Amino acid sequence: MSWAELRPSPHLKRELIAVVIALLVSLAFGSVLMLVAGKAPGHVWSQMVLRTFGDEYLLGQVLYKATGLALTGLAVALALDVGLFNIGVEGQLVAGVLASGVVGAALPATTPAVIAIPVCLLAAAGAGALVGLVIGGVRIYRDAHEVITSIMLNASITGLALYIGNVALFRGGSTRGPDIAPGAQLPQLGFGGSSVNAVLVLAVLVVAGMWWLRSRTTWGRAWLAVGADPAAARCAGISIGRVQLLAMAGSGALAGLAATNFVLGHKHAFEEGLGRGTGLLGISAALLGRTHPIGVALATLVLGFLSVGGLAVADEVPKELTEMLQGVVVLAAAGAGPWLARREALQARAA
Amino acid sequence: MIEAIFSLTVLVQAIRFAVPTALAAMCGAVTESSGVIDLALEAKLLFGAFAAAAVAHATGSAYLGVLGGVGAGMAVAAVQIWCALVLQANQVIVGIGLNLLALGGTRFLLQLIYHEGANSPAVPTFAGPLAANPVLWLAVLAALALPFAIRHTRWGLRLRAAGDRPDALVAAGVPPLRPRLYAALVGGALAGAGGAQLSLSIGGFVADMSSGRGYAALAMVILAGWRPALAALYCCGLALADAINFQLQLAGAGIPHELAQIIPHVLTILVLVIVGGKHGRPPRSLGRV
Repeated sequence: MSWAELRPSPHLKRELIAVVIALLVSLAFGSVLMLVAGKAPGHVWSQMVLRTFGDEYLLGQVLYKATGLALTGLAVALALDVGLFNIGVEGQLVAGVLASGVVGAALPATTPAVIAIPVCLLAAAGAGALVGLVIGGVRIYRDAHEVITSIMLNASITGLALYIGNVALFRGGSTRGPDIAPGAQLPQLGFGGSSVNAVLVLAVLVVAGMWWLRSRTTWGRAWLAVGADPAAARCAGISIGRVQLLAMAGSGALAGLAATNFVLGHKHAFEEGLGRGTGLLGISAALLGRTHPIGVALATLVLGFLSVGGLAVADEVPKELTEMLQGVVVLAAAGAGPWLARREALQARAA
Repeated sequence: MIEAIFSLTVLVQAIRFAVPTALAAMCGAVTESSGVIDLALEAKLLFGAFAAAAVAHATGSAYLGVLGGVGAGMAVAAVQIWCALVLQANQVIVGIGLNLLALGGTRFLLQLIYHEGANSPAVPTFAGPLAANPVLWLAVLAALALPFAIRHTRWGLRLRAAGDRPDALVAAGVPPLRPRLYAALVGGALAGAGGAQLSLSIGGFVADMSSGRGYAALAMVILAGWRPALAALYCCGLALADAINFQLQLAGAGIPHELAQIIPHVLTILVLVIVGGKHGRPPRSLGRV
């Protein structure tokens, strides 16, 4: 199966229209749900915007959500760029949470930040990359569909992490492991005491770095070529397997890095269920952003706003409403592109 | 210990565990045989489970609840076909989008209708022994009838043609959309009934109660080479292992439950690694519109 229709085509205008359609469909769907819940949609939407943007804390929470989502979204996007669908981001994220939590706690309490932070970042990225390599390797060498292995690995890693936690890490009946070394704890960025932290800076750097790699280096050209047309890429002398394997490792590393937003930046320990859902929602971010790094970054802000905004108006409508919208965005984003392309083709034929 | 494994309790337990997954697997096999990738099994199970619980709660009858589950499964299948074949959205993404929608949607409905976060109120279950459970007999009937129907009826012939040679179907004057829709609706009904078994067998709906069964079912479909009855049989094997481990844990032995839950998933990966993905014969135009 090819994922060509999910990646940006040269038609920038069509891409933008598709995204706008996806957002409008979600807006309409959400409004219908609000009517079902017996509330006036205009009132709820405006309250959602006013409360979220009028409150420093909630704004910080949007950025906190967006930080994790940007990294998992870029992870999904990188895999899509080489023609693979990494739905294993959720598992890679859990691997990163476990690795950075365990390594961070194992470091001596006196470890200076210059050593502790890079070590924990590497542990998170390395654990994610390892999982990505397994999925990519099984796909490339055994031809097992990456969607199935990813889903199976997600469940396995989550269970394994819980087991390791229960046996070795959790203290006193809680589902929280020991604290990581103080040197590895990243500073908060203020915003009314919200959870947004220094990983936001890392995420911005990664977005810029991915943009540069993708559009300004031979690596980026190679992985876009492999995704767009494997046969042509092979003729140009690119090793498809190697590019895909490297990209899956990179994708896993990005997903693992997303874990640091929760472990190093916020909770300062391994916790059961930490960051859960960020991996799956990364798929929405990648699709809505059409795999372009800038697009993904903007999409994460929209999705972050939806999940925080849902909580902000929880007294008006059930907060699950915005969770549903995250699914609707995926469906609408996947449907709008092909629909527009076919409409344009029909118009061209008529003209 | 040995008696604990080879007992009637284990068998009954295994059958209980097997029914939802086996029904979902048959849904996956039928839908995919017609050429549509079916990752929305989780959504069909979840919405089926919720609708069954809601209808049973409103009417006081578990049997009407099953009909509710069947209807919800068919509705999800119809939306899936519309997105995948009319809008021509990527079929894997449609499945994942629907699963996300089901996860949030069932919890939204729980909140809206019952003002509860995670559990529905208690609903009627099937009275009497396991043999009085209509969903079980539906599963048995489907496992026996589907292989025959796919091979020997006009419905099955067109379904296979839509999955393997849609161009031939077009040449014969049948748009492939129609057999694919019929296949998805039959599958949706089965998976919806599987969802009904999930909620009605424990007397209520619990958020995220499908907990990956739909994905496991799809893996069994692939291992079974898209043969519905064989896929259902594999699901029974998984369920038997589950039931045995459950008994062992009650006896204070067995594998820790966190690990026991991941064994089917690890096994699936191992099988995929060992036999490779080229195992079986996927429908030739699976995923192509």
